[in-house]
Amino acid sequence: MPPTSPRLVGDLVVWLLVLAELLTFGILFASFAFARLREPGLFAAGQATLDLSTGAINTVLLVSASWCAARSVQAVRNGRSAQGARWLLGALACGCGFLVFKSLEYAQKWREGVDVAENTFYLLYVMLTGFHFLHAAVGCIIFAVLWRPTRRGAYGPQQCHALETGAVFWHMVDLLWMVLFPLVYVLR
Amino acid sequence: MKRLLHRIDAIWLALLAATAITAWLGEHAGARGLGTSAAVLVLALAAAKGCLIILDYMELRHAPALWRRLLLGWLATVVVLVLVATLWPR
Repeated sequence: MPPTSPRLVGDLVVWLLVLAELLTFGILFASFAFARLREPGLFAAGQATLDLSTGAINTVLLVSASWCAARSVQAVRNGRSAQGARWLLGALACGCGFLVFKSLEYAQKWREGVDVAENTFYLLYVMLTGFHFLHAAVGCIIFAVLWRPTRRGAYGPQQCHALETGAVFWHMVDLLWMVLFPLVYVLR
Repeated sequence: MKRLLHRIDAIWLALLAATAITAWLGEHAGARGLGTSAAVLVLALAAAKGCLIILDYMELRHAPALWRRLLLGWLATVVVLVLVATLWPR
């Protein structure tokens, strides 16, 4: 139901966490963009080794997980717990898909023997995407933890605070990638 | 309620479309990078996607204005910083 008075969905603590994470990633985004300005050749060479289509597939998986999470919250608010749990499984599947694709990308970079210590591009690439990867992993764990109580009907139209909080966390992971993907994979 | 459900789906489709355009622009970039207009378009799409996630998926459209401003302000700052760094003459 559309709220009549202004309401922050989810727990205040998750919003404070969102704020802290956005600021941290904001500094990393700016560092990447301005380091590229200083060493354009190094960054062009590094970015040329990244697979744009894998980045695009990962974007699709992240936004789809967000979509499933939003649909799950909607279903539970309408009193349809079983449906909400199915949407949550969809979100978990998309999230795990993201983690798999990203792991394959890291494995490939590992085989290529990238130099994280000496190369500014790879250092920032690993920091940015690695830190984001960990957040996505936590998001998947949250989906998995929420699934059972959602299916059991623990959340409903009157009380879906925990589910909303979990969804907000994932939407943050998604939001960060909306800047990360063009910055690291597309803009050169 | 039905309208809101449709909105969630419509936003997902918009996010997918924006992603497809971004990827297409990246694939068709020249040897010297994206070019100014394509770079601006890519960042505008990123800002639009971010706005949809903040306002509709995070449901800040109907939240206290402070939180909406904080997140939209963050997005604007980050996108402008990246834009400046990208378009700065090298």
